[in-house]
Order: sequence, then structure tokens, then C-alpha cells
Amino acid sequence: MGAFCRDCLARLPERTSPERVVRCPACGSPRLVRHPDLDRLTLAHVDCDAFYAAIEKRDDPSLIDKPVIIGGGRRGVVATACYVARTFGVHSAMPMFEARKLCPDAVVIRPDMPKYVKAGRAVRAMMGELTPLVEPLSIDEAFLDLTGTERLHGTSPAETLARFALRVEREIGITVSVGLSENKFLAKLASDRDKPRGFTVMSREEAARWLAPKPVTAIFGVGRATASALARRGYATVADLQRADEPTLMRAFGTEGLRLGRLARGIDARRVTPDRPTKSISAETTLDADLADYRALEKLLWALCEKVSDRLKAAGLSGATVTLKLKDSGFHLRTRARTLPDPTALARTIFAAARDLLARETDGTTFRLIGVGVSALADLADADPPDLVDPTAGRGAAAEHAVDRIREKFGKAAVVRGLVLDDGPTKPPASPAGGKGAPASAKKARQRQDRAALRSSRDISPATTKSP
Amino acid sequence: MKVTVERSELLRSLSHVHRVVERRNTIPILANVLVRADGAELSFKATDLDLEVVETIAAEVAGAGVTTVPAHMFYEIVRKLPEGAQIGLDATGERAVMTIRAGRSKFTLQTLPESDFPDLAAGEMTHAFSLSAADLKRLIDKAQFAISTEETRYYLNGIFLHRVGEGPDAVLRAVATDGHRLAQVQFPAPAGTEGMPGVIVPRKTVGEVLRLIEDPAGEVKIELSATKIRFGIGAVVLTSKLIDGTFPDYGRVIPTGNDKLLEVEKHDFEQAVDRVSTVASERGRAVKLSLSGSKLTLSVTNPDSGSATEEIEVAYDAEPIDIGFNSRYLLDIAAQIEGDTAILRLADPGSPTLIEDKDAKGALYVLMPMRV
Repeated sequence: MGAFCRDCLARLPERTSPERVVRCPACGSPRLVRHPDLDRLTLAHVDCDAFYAAIEKRDDPSLIDKPVIIGGGRRGVVATACYVARTFGVHSAMPMFEARKLCPDAVVIRPDMPKYVKAGRAVRAMMGELTPLVEPLSIDEAFLDLTGTERLHGTSPAETLARFALRVEREIGITVSVGLSENKFLAKLASDRDKPRGFTVMSREEAARWLAPKPVTAIFGVGRATASALARRGYATVADLQRADEPTLMRAFGTEGLRLGRLARGIDARRVTPDRPTKSISAETTLDADLADYRALEKLLWALCEKVSDRLKAAGLSGATVTLKLKDSGFHLRTRARTLPDPTALARTIFAAARDLLARETDGTTFRLIGVGVSALADLADADPPDLVDPTAGRGAAAEHAVDRIREKFGKAAVVRGLVLDDGPTKPPASPAGGKGAPASAKKARQRQDRAALRSSRDISPATTKSP
Repeated sequence: MKVTVERSELLRSLSHVHRVVERRNTIPILANVLVRADGAELSFKATDLDLEVVETIAAEVAGAGVTTVPAHMFYEIVRKLPEGAQIGLDATGERAVMTIRAGRSKFTLQTLPESDFPDLAAGEMTHAFSLSAADLKRLIDKAQFAISTEETRYYLNGIFLHRVGEGPDAVLRAVATDGHRLAQVQFPAPAGTEGMPGVIVPRKTVGEVLRLIEDPAGEVKIELSATKIRFGIGAVVLTSKLIDGTFPDYGRVIPTGNDKLLEVEKHDFEQAVDRVSTVASERGRAVKLSLSGSKLTLSVTNPDSGSATEEIEVAYDAEPIDIGFNSRYLLDIAAQIEGDTAILRLADPGSPTLIEDKDAKGALYVLMPMRV
């Protein structure tokens, strides 16, 4: 059985039987990593522990032993809760008011995304030195396939990862948890078992045993709906799924059933794909106070559309499907999508579709979250072809590109759309049933705004010529 | 209701009306066809609330009455009954069912009361005229491909039918566009169109009309108002709502000053475009047209798969130009050219191109170029 010390990386001598050793003979640490398959397993999931909070604590040591919550404003949700805050029952995605109730002494910090992105990139760069097969799941976690790297690093994947974890602690100042197993599903389960600063090695047999008594929701992708469908057929625990034979699962749930049966037994054939292409680009915001007012929501929507458009343009992408996301005060999610005839990267086009979708949803319901996303991505070069019927489209696009250039030079506030400043009537452009019959007033209003946008860009232009 | 009817007659009518019925319906009654027996006639009516088709056939009516039954199932049953069968329909019993009997087959279908069946209250029609079925078919055929499917600009989801000009020069014109291409077809305005409003006929309606025209030698009676249009085609009457919107001022997008004249042999051109576009990617299907002297080079480059070029002889004497088009759009338009020669009037690589049929007048197409 292989065993080494997670803290000093000392390898236990082959002759000792590691089960009896409690502390590392070299440094005295109790954190010994031992497993019969230690030298065989190559697929890892690495997850930074309470990432945002850890970075804030690193930068302000006075916070070390205080409960720290990273999250937005008075409202909004918890982005990250440090481990101290978690002892009070605070967890990420929890509404802020609830978190404050549970832990009134918590230090609440507004997220500083650029700082986290910088640290996340540094961690990812270190991962890249271990293997080219790094599949990021988010800013702070990734799958790594270390198969065949033994010769390169001169040691087993397990020790390579332990070395990496120490390096992250030393150079970035945060801790990570590592799960090592034989596939993605199990690696992720493993990394979660011993957080924070964990290092869990798990073979397939162990995982199957460990999963068996758990409810089916322990399998990723099994939510409430799938769980109740499974329960109707008598599958309540993972063990029930493990016992079922494949033809039975296939008959009951199709290929999805097969997949679940295999996952229950710890089988997962998904590969680690380093350059998973972007599928969608989106932006959302939780409101400071619930809103039902179309006009107010529309303003927020415009800002989000600009954000999405900026990110599309920066990535050289465009998209044809615009999705509006709304969460009402009762936390019910609504998503509404529309596919455009051509991909777009223009804020004005994304906005036109999203605002139309919004107009149909503003029926007095109060919303706590609004978001917009673009999918069905295409190359930026294929976006926004000229249009026969709408000759202003080309001008509008040109205006937007001009505004982009001005903002690049003078910052975001240099040019804003008239809509942002306008405190006009609060009614949505009435959209009769079926969406037929465009309200002339809305069209006029839009033209007015477009003219305003053009005007403001003209007003600014002398400044661009004067600038050095 | 108790009726006996010949299978082929019944099948023909049901095949006309059942298509209108949407396969998936949230309102149960809309899945049904209304069956009415009265005098010596049997009539069927189906609707999707935007469009209504009524057809009347002769039948042996033993008892008048009216009911509604699931349209697709009724059609499937009749379709599967043997040819030449006499079919008995009976909805006289206590239960809400209609029985269908033929030979030794018997079916019972659940019925819904006729009072629930929606009526597309047609209201007063203000204009009426007749067209030969062949003319109407041509009008729709040539414009249909350019209809938009985009929801945001719902007013482009149909054919804009309107009268242009006065006196003997007046024409009845059909226009459709999706912003990428535009089709315009016209012929001398028939009597009765004077003062008619310009109307946008929805895509589904024109498709149904086209399918209902079985005999091109026949006449089609058209009646319309500002909100509805009605087509009388043989025994079938189709009534449809119109799209409530303003069709854009298409006149200004039809280029008049394009001075680079290109004449191509339609068949060669169509085949060449089709061949080179094989290597195009699914999305940006741009084909580049490079004109120089009497040589047209068609080329497609796809960074993922390869490239293709083909040269054809053409009549062209303006200065050289490179211009790109969506290959599918080019093929759609080429398919509408009836004669041997197509005329393309070009301006520059960023402006709309006008395409006409050298021999057949009355139709023109505008195509927006793509960046290549």
C-alpha cells in the first residue's frame, strides 16, 4: 500500500505497514495519505476551499478567525462563506438576509472579481504545468487527467498533486482540496469528502460502497424531478440503482437510466476535455429590492445586454439565441428564449429581443433577479449581416461600434444610452396577445432612444479629436 | 346525424381539412373537425383559430345533424378503409360518439358538442375578385420562399398582396422578404381589386392555398377585408385572418441604379453554385462570385474542410467585381427563374443585387450580399 505525508511529502518506507503509522515519521503531521491504489489513480478534481473568502483572508489577516461572507449588497446571495461562517449554517447561494440572520457577526465583503480572477488564473497556470488535460469547471475548480505524467514529474500523480497543493498554499496563499480517483464523477465526489485542505483517494469499489446508502440525489444531475421519477419506480437510494440490471433501467428511463445505473456503480466514461468551447455567454443581477416595474427592469436589462455584448465582442463571438432569465419574489425561475434569424453581438439587438420577452412577463409580478444570456454561438464575422428591410440596422451597428471605441478610450461612462437617464412613463410597450400588432408608440420611443444614442455619440466626438 | 358517403369523396375532403388541425393542441376542440349533414350535403370544417377550411360534398343524408370528432384519427380511419367502400357515419345514439361503418369494420369516435366549436367570425368582406388558379399558384410559388420566420418582425411572416397603379396599367403584386432577400411578383390587376387594402397573408395560409389548388385550369374566388381573406377553391372555402401590421416600404430597397449587368445561363449557374457550396460549412454558406471579363469564378472556402472553385462563361462587360452571397439564397432564386437566362444587376459588394428572369417578366428578386 502506498502512503505519503501530505505536509512534507515524505514517502513512508515500503516495509512499514502504513495502517499502524499515525503520524509522519519525518515531520510528525497526522495528514498521511494512504491508499492501496495510490500509485494507480490518475484522474483528479481540484477545488479551492472557500475561494473568495480565502483570498480576502489572505489579504487581511485580521479576518482569519472571523466569519467572512462574500456576497452582493443588502440583497443578493452568498457567493462564498468561509468555513467559520459555515459553522453557523451559512452556505453559498443562500439569500443574504438569511445569512445575516444566521450569522449576525459575519464580516460581509462585496466580491472583488478582478482580484479573484487573477488568483484563479494563477492556480490554473500551475495546473497547466502538471498536465495539458485541465478542464476548468469554474474559476476555482477543475478536472485534471494526469495519466502518463509519471515520467515527466518523476513521481506518481498523487504526489504530483500533493506537491501542487503545497505550492498553491505557499505561492498563492489559499488551500485546495484534491480528489483522486479513476473518473470525473468519482474525483469530484472525493474532493468534496474531506474539505477543506483535503486529499482524498477513492477507488471505484470504495465509492460504490460509500454511495450505496445515500439518496439518489447524491449522483450529479439528479435533482428533485429525477429523484421523484426514480422513487416512483422504487429507486430511493444509490444502492437500489446499483442492484438494478441495465435492461430494466433502460426500459424505465431510456439511456438516461443506463447512465444513472453506471454512475451509481462508479462508472463514468467522460473524458477530461481541456478546451470545451463556450456554449453561452450571460450576465445577471440580483436586485436590491424586488421590482415589478417594466421601465426599471428595462434599464437593468440594458446594462446586462451591454455586458453580454462586450463579452461577446471581446471573445470574437456572436449568438443567435437570446434568453431572458427572471426570478420572482417567490424564487420561481422563468426563462424565456428567442432565436434570431442571424447571430448578433450587438447590445441593441440582444436588448430588442430581451426587452420584448420582458414585456410579456411584466404582469405585476415582482422580480428579485434579472439576467440575459446569448447562446447558439457563432463567429463574430458571421454576425449582424446587413438587412434589406431595416436600413437603419447598419447605422445602428456602426453607432454601437463607434460608442465601443469611445468607451475604450474614455471609459464606460463616456457614452450612455438615453434610456439610462430617462425617467419616462413606467408602462411596458403594450404587447397584445400573440405578439401581433407592434405598438407604434414603442417603436417611436425606440427610435427616439436610438437618436439619443447617436446624438450623445456625436456630442462626445469632438473630445476624441482633441485627445492626444 | 346519419349519413352514407363514398370513401374516395370523404377521403379527399378530410385530406384537405385535417391539415389545418395542429397536431398538438392545448384547446381540445381544436383537434376536432366539425361534421354537418344537411339536405343532401355533408360538410367539414376545421380551424386553428387563424385559419378555417370548410368543404362540402354530396352525400346520402338519412338524418340531418352536426357533431365534432378528432380530425387526424377520422382521417386515418377513412384512409385505411378499402377503396370503393360505402361509409356510414352515425351520431344519433345517446352517447357522445360517432360510429363509422364500412363493410365489416366499425369504429366509434368520441365526439365533442358542436356548440364548443369556434367560429372564425368572418364579418363583412369588402372586395371580391377572381384569379385563374394558375396565376395565383405562380404568385404564391414565386414569393413564398422569401417569407420570414422571424417572430420579432411578425409583419414579414406572410406575403404582402396589394394593388399598384391605376387604370389598365394597374397590377396585383405579391411581395415577401426576410431582410436577406426579397421577391416581387405581379400581373395585371383583375376587376374587383380597385381600392382593395394591401393585406399580409400569413405563411401557413398561402401554403394551404397552394396545396388546395389541384386543378390549375380552375378559377379561385378571392374575397377580402382589412382583417380577413377568403379563398374559394372548388368545393373548398378557406378563410384566414390577415397579419395585423404594416409591411415595410419595400420600394426603396429595390435598387434602380445598379449598372453592372451580368447575364448567366440559369442551368449552368444553378449547378455550379450547388457544386461549390458542397464544401461550405452549415452556417456561413457564402459563395464568392468573381467577375472579370466574360468569366465568372464561383468559389467557396471553408477553413475546416477545404475549398472549391468553378468557372463559367457569362455575358459581362463592366469592371471586375468580387461579391459574396448565401448559396442557399442564390439557389432559391435560381429555382424561380423560368427562362434560360438570369440577369443579375450588381452595384458593389455591399449593396443589394437585383435578379430578374430575362424571358419571363413580372417577377424580380433582390438579394443582399454577404461579406466574403
